[in-house]
Amino acid sequence: MSTLSPVSPDLTTHPGTAAGPLSGPDGGPQVPVQRSRPFSRANLIRTIAGGYIPLIAATLVVVLPLLWMLLSSFKQPGEIVTTDLKILPESLNLDNYRVAMTTVPFGQFFVNSLIVTTVGSTVKVILAILTAYALVFVRFPFKKVIFVLILVALMVPPQVSILPNYILIAGMGGKNTLWGIILPGLGTAFGTFLLRQHFMTLPGSILEAAEIDGAGHWRRLWQVVAPVSLPSIATVALVTVVSEWNDYIWPLIITDRPETMTLPVGLTLLQNSEGNGAGWGILMAGAMLVIVPILLVFAALQRYIVAGLTQGSVTG
Amino acid sequence: MTKLLLDSPAATAAAVTPDQRRGRWSARTRRDFIVFLALALPNLALIAVFTYLPLINNMYYSTLDWTLGSVSATVVGFDNYINFFTSTDAPKVLGTTAVFTVVTVGGSMVLGLLVALALNSKVRGTTFARSAVFAPYVLSGVGVGLVWLFIFDPGYGVLAWLLRGIGQQSPQWINDPQLSLVMVITVYVWKNLGYCAVVYLAGLQSLPRDVMEAASLDGANGFRRFINMSVPLLSPTTFFLLITTMLSSLQAFDLIRIMTPLGNGTSTLIYEAYLQAFGAYNRAGYSAAISVVLFAILLIITVLQLRFVERKVHYS
Repeated sequence: MSTLSPVSPDLTTHPGTAAGPLSGPDGGPQVPVQRSRPFSRANLIRTIAGGYIPLIAATLVVVLPLLWMLLSSFKQPGEIVTTDLKILPESLNLDNYRVAMTTVPFGQFFVNSLIVTTVGSTVKVILAILTAYALVFVRFPFKKVIFVLILVALMVPPQVSILPNYILIAGMGGKNTLWGIILPGLGTAFGTFLLRQHFMTLPGSILEAAEIDGAGHWRRLWQVVAPVSLPSIATVALVTVVSEWNDYIWPLIITDRPETMTLPVGLTLLQNSEGNGAGWGILMAGAMLVIVPILLVFAALQRYIVAGLTQGSVTG
Repeated sequence: MTKLLLDSPAATAAAVTPDQRRGRWSARTRRDFIVFLALALPNLALIAVFTYLPLINNMYYSTLDWTLGSVSATVVGFDNYINFFTSTDAPKVLGTTAVFTVVTVGGSMVLGLLVALALNSKVRGTTFARSAVFAPYVLSGVGVGLVWLFIFDPGYGVLAWLLRGIGQQSPQWINDPQLSLVMVITVYVWKNLGYCAVVYLAGLQSLPRDVMEAASLDGANGFRRFINMSVPLLSPTTFFLLITTMLSSLQAFDLIRIMTPLGNGTSTLIYEAYLQAFGAYNRAGYSAAISVVLFAILLIITVLQLRFVERKVHYS
């Protein structure tokens, strides 16, 4: 079977049919000539039309709006409030960033987002590792039931819980506090599920060796299971970081004072004060400050993030 | 030491009487029990308090006539549900939810499949294009929403400029209820089609090569192979995407909040629940009832998915 593909690769079977029925009978002798020359004009055109143009179009549709945000963040009001579109800014002027950071306390938002994301993600990843280890490697009577409860929790959207959680956290005095933002999201069904699925695939032999050496659960977890599962743990960690950083509905509801707002909520505050035509440059600068950190993380480690976010499509 | 004894050969085991043996087992069981709880309980308790308890509380709140912030509430039974379903809001909110869900799910899946086909071509640069297309999916909805709000700006946006180029006046996207829904749907599809594309790409790349080659030898052209072979073979992927995108569309909040804060024409169930409790009205009980309706819809979809998956597994 595998020898079939070199004999008739996809591209060479196309010319006759792709060129249409008209050239089929008439241009008969031309077809073999085209087949023997991979860089023939027809082949080149087909590669460009069928391969590159859709690819470039799809990429541009995604990249252009983001590029527009970057360019506009340098533009002064005079360059934006005009009927004549200017694509490039006159200079790489950082005024918008300065205004954005002084109109609302963006520095404070940044620190808050950093704390919420770091603390929230660290705790969630540790909790996920511990729970997944217990579910896979520790004997316990109701493990099946607990796992089903975690699966169901995975499907409960946080959005339907915001009112009860608001009343609970506000009642505990957590309004306008960072712990109030972090606490309700700490329980992690996603991380537990993903790591459990991975731990199930680990060969039992590596743990038996550690058990014979007299290693207890704690040492087996951190010296055997965790080190060999680093890619999965990284996946969970990165997906958690991304979702904590972008989280909007909960911090929006539980904070109404700038001192404890996170970046997305702070951006809403900036929108309220700069929501006129002249303020677009400032808003784009603010949007850059929210988007760029995650864009950098994504660019560097996208393999893990894509794998984590599309999880389930393969496992079913 | 006890473990070594238990695992050791028959000679040692024979020396231990059955009673002693059972005693050791139960000691070990007890220890495992404690280890399990120590590892898993923090996470399980958090999930119980902030995921399961809110579901119950929501149902309780939905039976109350209760203003958020007020200390007193009266039990009104199903009045909130009756009020919602008999109000003029209900057809509007349910209609908006249906349109938003159907169009965003259909749009991101169809465009996602087309982008996946472009990404699946054998040309250079597909790895970069794949990352670029996926990027919006991980970016803050607030940041993305602001960028697009600028693009849609009737006075100074790129879209208004393009429309002027063909002699058209830009419509007032925000003020017109129907157009604001079109706008939010467009941006939502833009943000999520990368997810569908990457999942479809994985599906396309796992299609059986020999079957596809046999079809191309039989003379089926690219389009016919796609319709008659790829599409049916991709149906598990399509089903997976249908469920996941439907669940996330029903929970879409960030873009709606940032682009149309008043929910003018874009009030889906989730947004209406937010507006009723945390917008101008503070109607906590009414909002809880809408949340319960939303949760029931999500639950039905999830159950349908599980039934389908079960059947598929059964037959295969």
